Amino acid sequence: MAEKGVKVFGMWASPMAIRVEWALRLKGVEYEYVDEDLGNKSEALLRYNPVTKKIPVLVHDGKPIAESTIIVEYIDETSKDGYPLMPVDPYERAQARFWARFAEDKCNAALYPIFVTTGEAQRKVVHEAQQCLKTLETALKGKKFFGGDSVGYLDIIVGWFAHWLPVIEEVSGASVVTDEELPLMKAWFDRFLAVDMIKAALPDRDRLLALNKARREQLVSSA
Amino acid sequence: MSSTKEEAPAVRVLGLWASPFVIRVLIALRLKGVEHEVLEEVVGKKSELLLRSNPVHKKIPVLLHHGKPISESLIIVQYIDEVWSSNAPAVLPADPYVRAVERFWAQYIDDKFPRGIRILKGTVDGNKDEIVEQLSTALQLLEEAFLKLSNGKHYFGGDNIGYLDIALGSHVGWVRAVEKIAGVQLLDAAKVPHLVAWADRFCAHPAVMDVLPDADRFVEYSVKYGSFFPTRSSTTK
Repeated sequence: MAEKGVKVFGMWASPMAIRVEWALRLKGVEYEYVDEDLGNKSEALLRYNPVTKKIPVLVHDGKPIAESTIIVEYIDETSKDGYPLMPVDPYERAQARFWARFAEDKCNAALYPIFVTTGEAQRKVVHEAQQCLKTLETALKGKKFFGGDSVGYLDIIVGWFAHWLPVIEEVSGASVVTDEELPLMKAWFDRFLAVDMIKAALPDRDRLLALNKARREQLVSSA
Repeated sequence: MSSTKEEAPAVRVLGLWASPFVIRVLIALRLKGVEHEVLEEVVGKKSELLLRSNPVHKKIPVLLHHGKPISESLIIVQYIDEVWSSNAPAVLPADPYVRAVERFWAQYIDDKFPRGIRILKGTVDGNKDEIVEQLSTALQLLEEAFLKLSNGKHYFGGDNIGYLDIALGSHVGWVRAVEKIAGVQLLDAAKVPHLVAWADRFCAHPAVMDVLPDADRFVEYSVKYGSFFPTRSSTTK
């Protein structure tokens, strides 16, 4: 019997997995969520994504797709009548993809060092991360959301910052997204987290805090 | 009185002939039959236009369409496909699932090949044996992907070259060049016979042949520019 429906293989604390959930929720698509133990990956996950073995993986009627940014575009293309995620204009689409790549390649890499450093070393990497986020901030350009008046593809890709960064800041004792340095981004954080479909899929903050506290202790002590 | 005002061409590409990322853009434009002007950058010295057009990364390729800049080779290729959607052939597959699969492999290719090639060329330090192992594994997976996606036809895209053909094919010049430079075998007919045959077909395709030179020219380039070769810091992906 052919497999039907939508399954998401993810992990509750993963920012990449949440993008997929946000996209599906905005489209009103029902899905089954499979929470993976990354230290002991399921046979199903390894079967669906033998190449990178990573989450998230979307399985649609038995067919698997990996890589969150690719999954989000796929969701948009297969639910054309639903909520629009990608811009319509090709130039705007190219811009959205460009900034998504920038956020993935540069901003993520700039944020991680904050998590594993302390003192002067941390101050240096915080400054670098802020420069990166300031560049990304230019894409907001006086709009409510990266997508314009409503949440779009780019908001979904970088939106995890809004929930995870304050946790990382608290755990690491750093201030990154402040009113002084990144006012537009900070304001967007609040607007983004206020959107119902977004709020509905956020992992519990305390649980996220505890997980990241433990991880930081481990990483800093072994540095 | 009539005056002819010299207008910049509608489509311009800022690039370097030896960059696989630039080659992708040129193939896509030729495939779609789009008239364009190529502005060749000087190795080691970025033009004002480039710095202005891609202030974030300061890297080639950049497509300028009526003066508006688009950066990142795979993003540019998709842009070309969307803007000139009425020009056959389609670059991205019509089916969303196949499209997602091709995008997955294109990203995988860019995760593995650029860095691997730099190490085998000697511009970046690394374990060459390990890299040969990694790239051979990657090519094995791509051989299997080719069999699934081509469905018995000539290209990943089927009857004509498409997104994934362009994503992988653009690296063939340097792959063959580093085989000579490092004395290794990557596109091995014994291991990946379908890819080897595909690579020959790809290189001979009318949209490709004038913008993807022979391996020897890449080898010459490597020898000539040595330390000036655009590393991670000046070509984008």
